[in-house]
Amino acid sequence: MTPLLQVRDVARFYGSRVGCRDVSFDLYPGEVMGIVGESGSGKSTLLNCLAGQLAPDAGEVLFDTRTDGLRDTLRMSEPERRMLGRTDWAFVHQHARDGLRMGVSAGGNVGERLMAVGGRHYGEIRGAAIDWLGRVEIPEDRIDDRPTAFSGGMQQRLQIARNLVTGPRLVFMDEPTGGLDVSVQARLLDLLRGLVREMGLSAIIVTHDLAVVRLLADRLMVMKDGHVVETGLTDQVLDDPQHAYTQLLVSSVLQV
Amino acid sequence: MSDYNFAYLDEQTKRMIRRAILKGLAIPGYQVPFASREMPMPYGWGTGGVQVSAATLTPEDTLKVIDQGADDTTNAVSIRKFFEKTAGVATTEETARASVIQTRHRIPEETLREDQILVYQVPIPEPLRFLEPRETETRKMHSLEEYGLMHVKLYEDISQHGAIATSYAYPVKVEGRYVMDPSPIPKFDNPKMEMAAIQLFGAGREQRIYALPPYCKVVSLDFEDYPFEASKADHPCDLCAAEDSYLDEVIVDDAGGRMFVCSDTDFCRARRAAGHTGAQGVPHKEGTT
Repeated sequence: MTPLLQVRDVARFYGSRVGCRDVSFDLYPGEVMGIVGESGSGKSTLLNCLAGQLAPDAGEVLFDTRTDGLRDTLRMSEPERRMLGRTDWAFVHQHARDGLRMGVSAGGNVGERLMAVGGRHYGEIRGAAIDWLGRVEIPEDRIDDRPTAFSGGMQQRLQIARNLVTGPRLVFMDEPTGGLDVSVQARLLDLLRGLVREMGLSAIIVTHDLAVVRLLADRLMVMKDGHVVETGLTDQVLDDPQHAYTQLLVSSVLQV
Repeated sequence: MSDYNFAYLDEQTKRMIRRAILKGLAIPGYQVPFASREMPMPYGWGTGGVQVSAATLTPEDTLKVIDQGADDTTNAVSIRKFFEKTAGVATTEETARASVIQTRHRIPEETLREDQILVYQVPIPEPLRFLEPRETETRKMHSLEEYGLMHVKLYEDISQHGAIATSYAYPVKVEGRYVMDPSPIPKFDNPKMEMAAIQLFGAGREQRIYALPPYCKVVSLDFEDYPFEASKADHPCDLCAAEDSYLDEVIVDDAGGRMFVCSDTDFCRARRAAGHTGAQGVPHKEGTT
């Protein structure tokens, strides 16, 4: 099986400071990769580099495109990369406000990606929006409400619907459950897990919440000071941490 | 002879504006930045259109100025007087006799010819502005042809009103490339934009000029199941009985009385002179309007 995404020696510097460096991994179709680490460890920098939102200073990010096979996304033209961002890729922001258009109704938010790739039939766009709102458990009668009228959990679910409507193959998530209370988090995680399995999505999830990766991720990458200090299967890393920092991270989780 | 340079602006400024106009004509629908000057009128009163007209006029031209179709409103009269004084050009109210027509928010009803130029006053040239406030981002969207957002606006219209409720400044796609704001003309006028005359658009405050060469392909955006419809009040003109012209609704008393009249005053006058009389019109007498 060919990997969906191949990352080779990606590095990003902020002046003389290291954002992240020497990051390499393969992501296979249907696989969910978790990236954990403390604040400032470079995990968000890495995610933004992979998703084309930040230009890395070195390295390659190869993506298995539907039409042309393996392509280096960093050397693609910008229109191609943005097209990829609307079709095969999805990006779920930590703050729903960054990923949604707050002045546009929920239906318009979900429909935007469809219209951006050429959808020109109102009935079909609306049908898809209703279908997706249902799948993320937002009542159909809220379709014409703006996201400002939604709770935090609903906004986050709306953002997920908006991203998944074009059937992407790779989803980047930056702390998707951050800022939500635990019961809402649990339902969101349940939903995400269902969608990932059902659609066979590959995903890269950045989080500092070990419970989230335990539930969602197949594989885990632990970052510290811009480096990857440990990788492995999620359960293996969490149950038998080898690196001192990973041991600290695992033992720091509060037990209720 | 007046003490002004011909048509108020100095020659270097007019050259600069002409370069912007030529560039605009070469890339239909593309907004060309230009160094808009202070004009002796407030922004929003047609400073962009006036500068484009000034750069376009020659001493042999005949100028017509309309405001919402009318030749006799404050804005139209003052701009016409301005060019009478600063350029000494002939002016007219008759569409057919004019070689340059400056307009605010209408296209004349009479079909324009190849030897005519239509100059629009534009308040906000960026069709994506109310959807995306950042200029850097809208420029990128234009250059990458990312116009999905424009349809989001039309989607919102249908979901809220059951139909595309945008009735003026209706976005168009030019020659299959640039999405353009046609200035706040009623969407009734949109189909007329594929015309023989040159169309120039000037936005003074926003410092943009754009243009449509003759016979340019101009398509109003829509959905397959909600097609574009050029709409007008479903009524004939009460003065000249025209069925096919764009109408203004005029409230005439405090009891809800109203009448519908052509917004294009020259068109209405010409029809009445030709003997057409509407429901509330009086037969035309020579020498009156």
